[in-house]
Amino acid sequence: MFKKIYAWLDERVGFDGLYKNLLDRPEPHGNWWNTLGSASLFLFIMQGATGIFLTVYYTPSPDHAYDSIQYIMNGVAFGWLIRGIHHWGASLMVLIVFIHMLRTFFSASYKYPRELTWIVGSLLFLLTLGMGFTGYLLPFNQRAYWATVVATEIGGVVPGIGDFILKALRGGTDVSALTLSRFFSAHIWMLPAALAGLIGVHLYLIMRHGESAYPDQDD
Amino acid sequence: MAGSSRISRRDFVKVVTIALSSVMGAALGIPVIGYLIDPALKVQSSEAWIPLGPLENFPLGSPKSFSFTRSSVNGWEKTVNSYGGFILRKTETDLLALSSRCTHLSCSVNWDEGNNNYACPCHAAHFGSEGEVLDGPPPAPLDRYETKIEEGNLFIFFQKG
Repeated sequence: MFKKIYAWLDERVGFDGLYKNLLDRPEPHGNWWNTLGSASLFLFIMQGATGIFLTVYYTPSPDHAYDSIQYIMNGVAFGWLIRGIHHWGASLMVLIVFIHMLRTFFSASYKYPRELTWIVGSLLFLLTLGMGFTGYLLPFNQRAYWATVVATEIGGVVPGIGDFILKALRGGTDVSALTLSRFFSAHIWMLPAALAGLIGVHLYLIMRHGESAYPDQDD
Repeated sequence: MAGSSRISRRDFVKVVTIALSSVMGAALGIPVIGYLIDPALKVQSSEAWIPLGPLENFPLGSPKSFSFTRSSVNGWEKTVNSYGGFILRKTETDLLALSSRCTHLSCSVNWDEGNNNYACPCHAAHFGSEGEVLDGPPPAPLDRYETKIEEGNLFIFFQKG
């Protein structure tokens, strides 16, 4: 029975080719530093999953944001676990993505023909920082509020267009309900969509070029 | 024989990967289910004896209205709901406490002294002084509250749901 279903699906999907191209690629002799890209991907999926579950109770409004998170932490079964994973996973993801970038830099893996992989990776790093920046405001406690005040001020000191950048980030002159809802929108829709798309490009390029081998004595 | 009972490095990695994924999936998946269905498992009990003041305040023979509020907390939101009803004191201690909530569509009924009945303003329904349906669409008589008298004070028993 299952064999029949599998055969039917395999004929149409082609699991063999999928397996060969996605998972059974030839790899150069590497080490644990080569696993950081997969670790980043794993953390992205983890953050996505826990983030989706957090939106079940979280409310992006100044009146309810703080209270709804208190409720997640104390009122809902395993709410502390879901938010805890999202909270610590966020810091870990920034760290892992950054070390992944350092590894690529030090092993010179960004060179021909992988320059585009590096550029896309740099964008992925910036988007990861953007996720951290926008997510930090969402608890809407004192620390979140003032961190956002200070960080958006940084945008405000750009010569000439600083004031415009500040207002565009905050959705007005002050950090307000508009700031919270646009940060929320960026955090759960825009940035993740951009991340997911660029991760696709990043992975495609890795499959196309294969992983870089470490230089040996002949190089 | 010795060779066949040993598993290859490749198979070992496969088994370990599948086992670890399953453990992690379960460690996350089971709490997530609890997290999602949690509000459905909570029991909200709001039973209470509501004090309505001294018994002397309620005259004999004619229904007198009363009202009270109850607050309920859903998640992080507190809602205050108003409730009302009528006390009909038939004798010194024989009391009838009726809810003013019409059993048709929850409008508030009023006591009509002249016609000696409760009238619902929404669909012109009428209830007798005992709460029984006289005419109109209501499917059931007015709800009754349990009453008790303690040290000359009247209490009604409130339960929701």
